[in-house]
Amino acid sequence: MTPRTITELAAALRDGSTTPRTLLDAALAHVDRTEQDLNAYLAVTRELGYMQADAASHMLEEHPDTASPLCGIPMALKDVLCVDGIDTTAGSKILRGFKPPYTSTAVQRLFDAGAVCVGKTNCDEFAMGSSTENSAYGPVGNPWDIERVPGGSSGGSAATVAAGSVPYSLGSDTGGSIRQPAALTGVVGFKPTYGRISRYGLIAFASSLDQIGPFTRTVEDCALVYTTIAGHDPRDSTSDPRAVDDPLASLHAGVAGMRLGIPREYLGEGTEPGVRDAVQAAFRVLEAQGATLQEVSLPSTDVALSVYYIIAPAECSSNLARYDGVRFGSRVERPSLTDTYLQTRGVGFGNEVKRRVMLGTYALSSGYYDAYYRQAQKVRTLVSQEFEAVFKEVDAIVCPTSPSVAFPMGSRDDPLSMYMCDVVTLPANLAGIPGISVPCGFVDGLPVGLQVIAPRFEDARVMRVAHAYEQATDFHAQLSPYASAAA
Amino acid sequence: MTETATIAAALDRYEVVIGLEVHAQLLTRSKMFCPCPADYTSAAPNANTCPVCLGLPGVLPTINQEAVDFTVRTALALHCDIPPFTKFDRKNYFYPDLPKGYQISQYDLPLSVSGHLEFPVGGDAVRCGITRVHLEEDTGTMHHAGDVLQSATSSLIDLNRCGVPLMEIVGEPDLRTPEAAREYLVRLRQILTYIGVNDGNLEKGSFRCDANISLRPRGAQELGVKVEVKNMNSFRAVQRALESEIERQTEVLDAGGTLVQETRGWVEAQGRTISQRSKEQAHDYRYFPEPDLPPLRLDAAFVERVRATLPELPEARAHRFQQQYGLTAYDAAVLTDTRDEADTYEALVAARVPAKLAANWQSGDVAALANEHHVPLQHSGLGIDGLASLLRLVDAGTINGPTAKELLAELYVSGGNPEGLVRDRGLAQVSDTAELSALVDAAITANPAAAADFRAGKQRALGQLMRAVKEATGGKADMPLVNRLLRERLLEQ
Repeated sequence: MTPRTITELAAALRDGSTTPRTLLDAALAHVDRTEQDLNAYLAVTRELGYMQADAASHMLEEHPDTASPLCGIPMALKDVLCVDGIDTTAGSKILRGFKPPYTSTAVQRLFDAGAVCVGKTNCDEFAMGSSTENSAYGPVGNPWDIERVPGGSSGGSAATVAAGSVPYSLGSDTGGSIRQPAALTGVVGFKPTYGRISRYGLIAFASSLDQIGPFTRTVEDCALVYTTIAGHDPRDSTSDPRAVDDPLASLHAGVAGMRLGIPREYLGEGTEPGVRDAVQAAFRVLEAQGATLQEVSLPSTDVALSVYYIIAPAECSSNLARYDGVRFGSRVERPSLTDTYLQTRGVGFGNEVKRRVMLGTYALSSGYYDAYYRQAQKVRTLVSQEFEAVFKEVDAIVCPTSPSVAFPMGSRDDPLSMYMCDVVTLPANLAGIPGISVPCGFVDGLPVGLQVIAPRFEDARVMRVAHAYEQATDFHAQLSPYASAAA
Repeated sequence: MTETATIAAALDRYEVVIGLEVHAQLLTRSKMFCPCPADYTSAAPNANTCPVCLGLPGVLPTINQEAVDFTVRTALALHCDIPPFTKFDRKNYFYPDLPKGYQISQYDLPLSVSGHLEFPVGGDAVRCGITRVHLEEDTGTMHHAGDVLQSATSSLIDLNRCGVPLMEIVGEPDLRTPEAAREYLVRLRQILTYIGVNDGNLEKGSFRCDANISLRPRGAQELGVKVEVKNMNSFRAVQRALESEIERQTEVLDAGGTLVQETRGWVEAQGRTISQRSKEQAHDYRYFPEPDLPPLRLDAAFVERVRATLPELPEARAHRFQQQYGLTAYDAAVLTDTRDEADTYEALVAARVPAKLAANWQSGDVAALANEHHVPLQHSGLGIDGLASLLRLVDAGTINGPTAKELLAELYVSGGNPEGLVRDRGLAQVSDTAELSALVDAAITANPAAAADFRAGKQRALGQLMRAVKEATGGKADMPLVNRLLRERLLEQ
């Protein structure tokens, strides 16, 4: 038995060949077997899971026709998503023991649909990183090669889907934190348009860039999860009130007649030759499907990385100010208030978080604001405008998701080389536009991802192109050793 | 020299420049960015809190539209412009009463700009510019075991106040005397309470004021070194603190010294300000646009809808009272001091009480009773309708003044129907000429000496005769009529 997709499991639940409890038993057993190697979970929510599995059984019995396709199916949540009464650490020591008294809107929508929560997944501390090595609770192994990273920051959510423990999971993407680990672990990862998924209950890294999204085995599954969690939420003022297009309606429309752009700057020197070959082969596949491919230019790409590393740390320095040890999480008690602050944060935060808090504090300081933050905002506008201009020529952009395949743990100890991981994903965050990664090949047994990017609110178009590619290839059907072992 | 003389002497040589910043809590039902009740005084500590105002991880603010409406209403009352585009910003600093580590405020694009407030000071018209009125959130409150947090052994935090909508009204440095500063605040508070956005309580801190003050030699163009004064919780404290600062700064300047830019706190008990923080120690608040809240666009139609909710403002109303009801400037000012007062007056007049009669009773006996019982007329047993019917009885001559006064005092507390009581207790005034003439004759007969004195020209002797008649009617006689009848009878004999 190979790991099945949401679509397959939904059918099995309805034809009586399985039950939510059976699926949860299997997921938990798989997690138990693989955790020692993968460390993908920070918490396994067994009790909550069985409660939800029983409720899902009931829903399926009562309303088999109207129950959501997600009903009764196990899933996992990145540990930056708050769940009422469940430990939520964001991969940080400073939040050890924190149990939020509320559930994030996106997660609540899954729960309402009958989803069954297996656990909270490991991630870079406060979602800051591209390898999941910045977790305070140890790194995550890539199911294709556990000596290598799964990418990040949503490494645990990517790894658990790639290992076949669950058919889907949620992550968050601030500069590529869903798409890049999806590429590095050979699964589908989608960052929707900014404002499509409520951020309420998502522990913030950089508010203007953060967006929740799914990891799945197929684009169709991605569409199912997306339609369940997308849509306006009055508790998030940045969530958009417009009606959500149903991606399933256009999923099978194909790419014939579509114009697809390849940004010259996204296949630059930093791209590994194997990745370049795989992606160029993917372009040919799309062409064979009837799409017209053309080169386009996004000239600000080289400065986008610098701009991202001003804006994201600036917002992070402010968002993380609340972790002061006064009201929740861990506290280092000292006789004076100032020392309590310094020690609590000094001990509670890891190096990458401290680096970004300092970078952001500096960028917002009086005398530097104009030179850094204000200037960065101007370039951010320019990045958006360049995308808009390109989208007048083409319907979507196709390009690599990551310049490299999964790299060995500990091999990128220089922060700048780590930051380079996101060079082709973070522009979409700066512009607030949707992007997806689908498996498009292997280099020495390690997965490569193809990224599809479209204009704001064209989330359905992104999935349509990705689906057309996926249906023409079988890379998505290849299983990591951990998933094969489940068979 | 007395303090006043010192100040006067200082003002001869130096021009005082004062600008005031007022923080006023809005009387909205809920907090600025969450649905918690904004009433923070009547709940148990930390009872009116939620994940949003507690600053827990992952939660987001949403804008309270009522707070926006109230701020725009205030801005319009202060003749401000409302730009079509405004946004919120984060003001970052660490303090335990600020759970998020930043306050959501407004920095470079406030809700309103360029207004003014005009008012008289000692007969001169003063016009003070309003730089801006913007919207932010209040912090929590702390109770230290010690004087200040730094030396306290422990401190308790109550976050009920945290997130209460707070309006900051920044005045231009257009004020030149402590008296003008005080008057500015009195007028500003009157307007805020009139338009129903703030309860104007300086003591509890729902209306708070910080002052910036500098001195420069008369004729100088350049402004002097600015000192910010805080911790003033009454109008009197503001005036005294500014006077004290003028004295202190004059001494330094007279001695050839230079002032330092700093924040000073007013210490009421010592009657002086003490240094709290120098410019070097000032926070760098690292303002930047609040990414969790989209910018607000306030179109002209919205502004006009808010304008339509503005009541008549106190100055205009006082002017109208003079014109419409023939009141003196003084009476008109007293009767428009608060919106309740003015509404009460107009309700009395609308209930067919003559304007002058209503003015006299409302600002006299009624005001005294309200003060004595700490209950305004509308919440008293009598109520506005009761007072109107009582005063109509006075106007119709059904009861005399003293009877009305006694009834008012009684009904103010116990309540009741004045007309019914007058009928049941037989309190109606005796104004039958024949009946009173007989009593007048009896009084003259009974008090021959007083009658003789009056005839001999002693006007005061009439009092004894009046009292005799009044007593004979049980206090119900129409005394102006008794007076006339007595004079006629005494002079004809």
